Amino acid sequence: MERKPLLQVRNLQTHFNIEGRWARAVDGVSFDVYPGEVFGIVGESGSGKSVTALSIMKLIPDPPGRIVAGEILYRGMDLVQLDYHEMYRIRGKEIAMIFQEPMTSLNPVFTIGMQIAEVLQAHEGVSEEDAYYRAAELLTQVGIPDAEKRLDDYPHQFSGGMRQRVMIAIALACNPSILIADEPTTALDVTIQAQILELMVELKEQRKDAAIILITHNLAVVAEMCHRVMVMYGGKVQEIADVFELFGNPLHPYTNGLLQSIPRPDLPEYRGKRLVAIPGNVPSILNLPRGCKFCTRCSIAIERCFVEEPPLIEITPDHFVRCHLVETTLAQPRTFDGQSFAETA
Amino acid sequence: MNRSPLLDVADLRVYFPVYAGVLQRRVADVKAVDGVSFSIARGETLGLVGESGCGKTTVGRAIINVLRHVSPDVHMSGSVTYHADETAVNLLELSTKKMMPYRRRIAMIFQDPYSSLNSRLSVREIVREPLDLHESSMSPRQRNERVEWLLEKVGLQPEYAERYPHEFSGGQRQRIGIARALATNPDLIICDEPVSALDVSVQAQVINLMEDLREEFGIAYLFIAHDLSVVYHISHRIAVMYLGNIVEIGTRDEVYFSPKHPYTQALISAVPVSDPQKRGKQRIVIEGDIPTPINKPSGCSFRTRCPIARPECAQLTPMLEPHSPTHFVACPYVGQEFAPATEEENGFLQ
Repeated sequence: MERKPLLQVRNLQTHFNIEGRWARAVDGVSFDVYPGEVFGIVGESGSGKSVTALSIMKLIPDPPGRIVAGEILYRGMDLVQLDYHEMYRIRGKEIAMIFQEPMTSLNPVFTIGMQIAEVLQAHEGVSEEDAYYRAAELLTQVGIPDAEKRLDDYPHQFSGGMRQRVMIAIALACNPSILIADEPTTALDVTIQAQILELMVELKEQRKDAAIILITHNLAVVAEMCHRVMVMYGGKVQEIADVFELFGNPLHPYTNGLLQSIPRPDLPEYRGKRLVAIPGNVPSILNLPRGCKFCTRCSIAIERCFVEEPPLIEITPDHFVRCHLVETTLAQPRTFDGQSFAETA
Repeated sequence: MNRSPLLDVADLRVYFPVYAGVLQRRVADVKAVDGVSFSIARGETLGLVGESGCGKTTVGRAIINVLRHVSPDVHMSGSVTYHADETAVNLLELSTKKMMPYRRRIAMIFQDPYSSLNSRLSVREIVREPLDLHESSMSPRQRNERVEWLLEKVGLQPEYAERYPHEFSGGQRQRIGIARALATNPDLIICDEPVSALDVSVQAQVINLMEDLREEFGIAYLFIAHDLSVVYHISHRIAVMYLGNIVEIGTRDEVYFSPKHPYTQALISAVPVSDPQKRGKQRIVIEGDIPTPINKPSGCSFRTRCPIARPECAQLTPMLEPHSPTHFVACPYVGQEFAPATEEENGFLQ
């Protein structure tokens, strides 16, 4: 891709001090986000995906957490080096975030109108009256009926889906260049999830140069929404690829395992077949293996995987994988039409 | 599959009274379950899906008759008939004491593997508790042996028996919960969102385990969940609930691939497909949120969000009507104005 990236994360290290031991929640993560794309970050609990997002926003609670090393370059500016006041001007204005829990991420003692107007007054310097006027516009834009009347309502008067719409309105208030959405639909019902995803796509259409970083554990949401995807495990990037490439030709055994372990009623040949599960459990970040982070659960791991961490290599243009055995997995590309990973291994 | 009936639920209604004012007068009812009927055969898995607040969890709890302990003034009517070997018993009418022998026949697995295990008990004590309660004829040694056997069955090492819940991951805890449910050799396990709190890679392990156990012991499951692909995978039949009513019930293929009720159609079309090639399938997006079960719309409760609603829907409460010997739909206007998306349009076929 020849375009200039909007956000470049380089060798990000975010560690947490847990009872005197340093846990590497994010361990050398590098990726680029380009204007106009939806960049997905996929991973399970403890993979470091949310910590990556919070690091970009510089919202890591310190203590116990700290960005130990790395660069987060936004339009050539290193966010890691910015002080509190400089970051204040970026957060919410240039880079905004929506969170998983629409129930807890709004302040229950302020009206919706105040919470949207707050952002506008802080960043745009508009008068209170104008801010409320804009707030009503924003609520209408995110599909809340009777927006003007609802400005004086409190968060508890809104349903979960509506609160997530309000969160999106707050996030979009200053027209940010990057929207980070951390599990935005996980707490919502499936019909409401469809509405919110639809809304995000619509809003995306209106700002062609803005980017969305979508963090989720739901591969189906990734398949629907994202252009490029980064798979994380054990605080490390395991695979980055275009969404079609990743789903069609997953090269990392973990990515492949994830794709195999979800039920696929849409594929006739998979109906009624047993799921191919990844054995074992997600390891604690305090107890990660020395070599490849996935070696303890990998069905094709060799001795080398246990002692030596593989590098992240660009195996085909724009497809990055961290696996010693990528040559073997590359030789036998497995798609959903092929045999399952466990069967061939 | 042995087709003899195990459980018949008929016109089950569960209302929770709402009190308000200084005098705490009863002002309304939360109609959590409002006339639900279905049956489960031996060894069968019935998937029960619906969005939050539709009453699916309440149905599960009504079957094991624990609601009175949660909310003493709950009002229940209808019947939950459990077919024991030769006799049939209405569980709803049983006192707590009379219910005891049936509790060993119907077990439960919960959603949250963190709060559903007593953190002060060891795994052995947790799994042995149902045996201590129900299997008084077993010697302590037999019980302990059974605990170890059960742990092995659910894929845990018997040595783990002396450990405590906090030492286990979510998936392992769910296995402990399954071992506890299996302890008394039940005919039916009510599974309330058993995998939704688990990581994707662990979900598949637990689903496979549940399928293996069903195969080995002939257990029937009432599988309550909101994830339609998981429900499709594990169930023989699927029932869809909306605001306290079943709006559609049928075999999994009937419900998933030729849904008739507008709500089921919207629900299934809203499920994202894990394949970027099938992006942009036609969605039936239903507007708005679920109304509260305190103030349900008159007539058909889905009419406020229904794309094919007519004025008559406000008067008429639709009943489940057969569309095939196994497929029942609670909407009289199905197939009249609303052409459901074909499999092809939905991207189900390549």
